[in-house]
Amino acid sequence: MGKMPDGKARTALSEDALVHDPKLPPTSVDEAVREAEERKWTPTKIAIWAAISLLGGVSWFMLAIVRGETVNAIWFVFASVCTYLIGYRFYSKVIERYITRPNDRRATPAEYKADGKDYVRTDRNVLFGHHFAAIAGAGPLVGPVIAAQMGYLPGTIWIIIGVVLAGAVQDYLVLFFSMRRGGRSLGQMAREELGVIGGTAALIATLLIMVIIVAILALVVVNALGESPWGVFSVGMTIPIALFMGVYLRFIRPGKVMEVSLIGFVLLMAAIIGGGAVAGTEWGAAFFHLDKVTIAWGLIVYGFIAAILPVWLLLAPRDYLSTFMKIGVIVMLALAIIVVRPEITVPAFSEFASRENGPVFPGALFPFLFVTIACGALSGFHALISSGTTPKLIEKERQARLIGYGGMLMESFVAIMALVAAISIDRGLYFAMNSPAALTGGTVETAATWVNSLGLSGVNITPDLLSETARNVGEQSIVSRTGGAPTLAVGLAHIMQQFIGGTAMMAFWYHFAIMFEALFILTAVDAGTRVARFMLQDSIGNFIPKFKEHSWRPGAWLCTAVMVGAWGAVLLMGVTDPLGGINTLFPLFGIANQLLAAIALSVCLAIAARRASFKYLWIVALPLAFAAVVTITASFQKIFSPVPAVGYFANNAAFSKALADGKTEFGTAKTVAAMEAVVRNTMIQGWLSVIFVVLSIIVIITAMVATVKAFRDAKQGVAHVDHEDPAVPSRAYAPAGFIPTAAERELVAEWNKLPADLRLEKAAHH
Amino acid sequence: MNAILEGFRGFARYFGGVMGADAYAKYLEHHEASGHTEAPMTEREFWRDRTDRQDNNPQGRCC
Repeated sequence: MGKMPDGKARTALSEDALVHDPKLPPTSVDEAVREAEERKWTPTKIAIWAAISLLGGVSWFMLAIVRGETVNAIWFVFASVCTYLIGYRFYSKVIERYITRPNDRRATPAEYKADGKDYVRTDRNVLFGHHFAAIAGAGPLVGPVIAAQMGYLPGTIWIIIGVVLAGAVQDYLVLFFSMRRGGRSLGQMAREELGVIGGTAALIATLLIMVIIVAILALVVVNALGESPWGVFSVGMTIPIALFMGVYLRFIRPGKVMEVSLIGFVLLMAAIIGGGAVAGTEWGAAFFHLDKVTIAWGLIVYGFIAAILPVWLLLAPRDYLSTFMKIGVIVMLALAIIVVRPEITVPAFSEFASRENGPVFPGALFPFLFVTIACGALSGFHALISSGTTPKLIEKERQARLIGYGGMLMESFVAIMALVAAISIDRGLYFAMNSPAALTGGTVETAATWVNSLGLSGVNITPDLLSETARNVGEQSIVSRTGGAPTLAVGLAHIMQQFIGGTAMMAFWYHFAIMFEALFILTAVDAGTRVARFMLQDSIGNFIPKFKEHSWRPGAWLCTAVMVGAWGAVLLMGVTDPLGGINTLFPLFGIANQLLAAIALSVCLAIAARRASFKYLWIVALPLAFAAVVTITASFQKIFSPVPAVGYFANNAAFSKALADGKTEFGTAKTVAAMEAVVRNTMIQGWLSVIFVVLSIIVIITAMVATVKAFRDAKQGVAHVDHEDPAVPSRAYAPAGFIPTAAERELVAEWNKLPADLRLEKAAHH
Repeated sequence: MNAILEGFRGFARYFGGVMGADAYAKYLEHHEASGHTEAPMTEREFWRDRTDRQDNNPQGRCC
């Protein structure tokens, strides 16, 4: 039984020893058959791909070259979907062929470590949905909205091209390499591949990045809920709803997940409708009208309590609600955009594309557009998900391409839809909503005057439009509602009311959108705090072993408090920032996220080099180089730029000098206390930038060293150290993609004929 | 009519899978197939165990 019945592939040494059970059908489609199938271009296949390319080409032409007075939103849908299809069919297969080289004869962790709990073989279609729900959150809904300041084209190109060449590549590689390592985490892989220095730098960077990301996500919620009684009430109601669901699932009807999610969904809708009624009453408007600082403190207290409560009480039910809403909303938004097909009047490149003093976020298009849109194009955070749960659930190695690469393409599509929703609203309205109050003055009159004074083509906004829009969406004011979420909500309400309900429904749709964004973010805040707390406990545990005991309450509470304190401080800094926190802090969010991507890609580079795929290493090196250049340039500008709006230290110096000169107001800060706050904040933000960039450079350099070493070893014929789990022969089969090929169908039929007692589980325990 | 009903059921099953509602069924399947001699956890015990393990093994959610 030394020879494989199925074809020989380029496989690692250990794979040659895979012994297949002769009683079972092949566990992989014969290599030669697959090759022939892929290389055979039937006329139908050619026609389909020609049509896709043609449609994609025409759509890009409409977006990038024609750009008439208006452009229809449907071209965004076609351009993105056609590009995704081509990227998935051709580019991801190149990665599969030359870098990952999956082998379906090998069992996945879900098979060889199967425990019925964490390691469970999951149908590929279900897992695709599951993985997508895990990676898609508020990020792809917020970044593109903020980046729309530059016009629609730069963001569109970066989202679509970026995902094909960078984001999806990272997600796929991390997922695959983690799967080969029994589902190990990114941190563990960094330690193994990059050594102690690189691994420790990666760990600290991840912890800090987590803090920044949680803080800025929380800031988005605070900005959306500040001075909004309706929003505060309905989002606040999600807490008792989740608690009820938790108790229901624990004590009343355990395991009835769909049932409780439906109940929760109905309650959620009631909370949104009820919020309108409550905000309409005098006491409701007074009681739930909270300023941003109060909400920020509320969120900090909530974050601490939520993170120490047991998972079953709050986090698990909130997760169900969040997933339920996520998939529903995204399907609904896609349908609405396809049905309504709004006309876009925003120019391809706005006046701010060539300047660095945009009011929404400061800095030039390069590099700041590429950090503003992180999620949707390239998101380092995904590396933490792709190396966590998903690799423990994959059925066959070849499915990693669908789940990892395909799942990220879906998230990119969400980002495109968010962009479309944001640019479908009036441009003047966009700038009135997204510029800090220090610039707009905060009232409809001053905001309209200020926006009109920007000299943007085709923009002539009236105070009436601002107050009417606010009335339509059921808010007291929409001026300077920064953070992206409110703009997206207005855009979504604008599109949805044309689809269902008309103007009367706009307020409902607006708060519906705010609600689901807040839901994702609060879940991310809770979960992020928990993960960060464990990382901190493990780190302290190296010095004081007691901290390693996760059930030791004082340690757990202390570490939770430290982490909440850390992100809470950044949050408060953002909320009280005279320039509006999004303006100063959002770039830090993008930089942090993409530095994490650079770290993940560095680990992938080292692994790919160890596997001796030198000729095609550019597939990993290309996105790594881009992410590194973008984030390091952005960090350097944030640290060294002499322009106060861009550079943290330049801003710090300007305000310090003003204080020293005895001024009592300077720029946007109207009091001495505000000026002192700016001095303090910019110093912290500046040093955070320094720490991030130093840690990331360390990680990237250690990855380069590991890569060069692997290259030398390969040249001298030294066997490389492999950290993969040993290969175990698989005893099951499932197709790789959504639609099985002819050969795959044949093999499935063969497996279906197999007597039940020979099927995987029985056979494994003879 | 039956086809529509069937389609709806299929969708509900898929959606349930994505939400993780079928976790207990899968656990039972695994338990039976792997030939353990001790009795499987009851549904209540299983879900308790599931969330309690998350307490000590947190997973991040994406941004």
